[in-house]
Amino acid sequence: MKNDDKRIGVPRKEFIFRAGLPALAATTGFAPMRRADAAPATATIEGTPGLRVHGPESLEISLTVNGERRTLTIEPRVTLLDALRERLHLTGSKKGCGQGTCGACTVLVNGRRIDSCLTLAIMHQNDSITTIEGLANGEELHPVQAAFLEHDGFQCGYCTPGQIMSAVGFLGEKRGLDEGTIRESMSGNICRCGAYPNIVSAIQAAGGHG
Amino acid sequence: MQPFAYTRVDDPAQAIAAVVPDARARYIAGGTNLVDLMFDVVETPSLVVDINTLPFAEVQRTPDALRIGALARMSDVADDPNVRAIAPFVAQALDASASAQLRNAATIGGNVLQRTRCAYFRDVTQACNKRSPGTGCGALGGENRMNAILGGSDACIATHASDLAVALVASGAVLHIRGASGERTVPLREFYVEPGATPAIENTLAHGELITAIDVPLSPVLARSHYLKVRDRQSYEFALVSVAIALQIENGALKEVRLAFGGIGTVPWRSDAAEKALIGAAPTRSAFERAAEVALAGAIGRGHNDFKIPLAKRAVLAAFERVTA
Repeated sequence: MKNDDKRIGVPRKEFIFRAGLPALAATTGFAPMRRADAAPATATIEGTPGLRVHGPESLEISLTVNGERRTLTIEPRVTLLDALRERLHLTGSKKGCGQGTCGACTVLVNGRRIDSCLTLAIMHQNDSITTIEGLANGEELHPVQAAFLEHDGFQCGYCTPGQIMSAVGFLGEKRGLDEGTIRESMSGNICRCGAYPNIVSAIQAAGGHG
Repeated sequence: MQPFAYTRVDDPAQAIAAVVPDARARYIAGGTNLVDLMFDVVETPSLVVDINTLPFAEVQRTPDALRIGALARMSDVADDPNVRAIAPFVAQALDASASAQLRNAATIGGNVLQRTRCAYFRDVTQACNKRSPGTGCGALGGENRMNAILGGSDACIATHASDLAVALVASGAVLHIRGASGERTVPLREFYVEPGATPAIENTLAHGELITAIDVPLSPVLARSHYLKVRDRQSYEFALVSVAIALQIENGALKEVRLAFGGIGTVPWRSDAAEKALIGAAPTRSAFERAAEVALAGAIGRGHNDFKIPLAKRAVLAAFERVTA
């Protein structure tokens, strides 16, 4: 779906700069704009009584992550992924492509797997968010985590948190465990090391087809 | 991503009132298209209005239509038993779209409103009449393998990327739209606008208008339908060509036919001429071969995408074989 984002004819150096700047701004709060202390973070719109408009300056929001209510101060433009990684220091969720292609940022929102890089944190204040850090029960691994270890479902490990979160979401969808179904349903998670056969085995095992 | 203000609304009137006065205000639902384009600084809204809590997420069967709420998620609609029974190709088109994660987030309203786009539209260093009117079209003489062969102009040959919309135009779907001055309905097919000299205009939605639901009128022809998607990868990839086909056979002849294409048009492309050529004919391969010629008669290749013309004709035959299998 995302192959139309190839930049054409842009020198590599310029591409990195352009691609990196917005991410830097979003994750560090750096931006050539008014800061939180320069203007109130909420306002109203004429004709819409009672409607509160937040930002663009930082404001305090709350998220429920892995069962815990967390408070953080962010601008409305901060993605859920950046909020998790850079503000709540839950760095298990990875930023791969930053555009919904690779799935390394997959988390569960109300039990459903989504790409956390393509949604805004501020939109999820009433949701229950589960990240890879919230899967294990103390020292006891989640069955999908254990199956990935058992079946060697990774090599470098960068995509693994996303693969595991996606697999947990997939198993909850109850679509079947044949290889074709798993490969189709997991196509939103890219593994550059090519650990796919073992990932499929791990998911089959965790789903009860050991 | 540039800074923007944010608000969450509780009712549709409030949503519309918040967006109408500000030309740079945008609604957000799933966000998978808008946030992505905000990263690229192609979309730079001043205000983002979160409509996720509006009551438009239901999928239901009414006496004369399948009514799909605009805020229903793609995955929920694909799995809905009514959708699968009444219009199989709608469910198949959704299953063939994007990835599981994106289908869990993206809504039906957002899907049909996703920007018509190509690589030049997304790259702010390149000429694009859609993004920056008057700057030219990089794709016409450039890398245009993915671009349109039908409905293009000298200003733009970007494709409409939705699979769902192809099945919906084939099904005769109707949009329910709410605006500041009330509600209106428009057939989805008439909603989309070919680029002509103004490719920035992609549909007839006025600023601040909100799609609330999409109706698929109940029709016996939809029960026997199929969505065929031809792409470079087996999964999670745009269509090079796709075909939505539905047919009803009575007494050995085609009583009704629906035929629409994706991946090759600047809008989801329904072919009246091909449908007309098939009505009354026997449902044979040769009849569909002739219909495919009719459907692609106006196609214009731009170099890299020339292959889509024969590919689309073959895709019609493959779709015909599957729907009659």
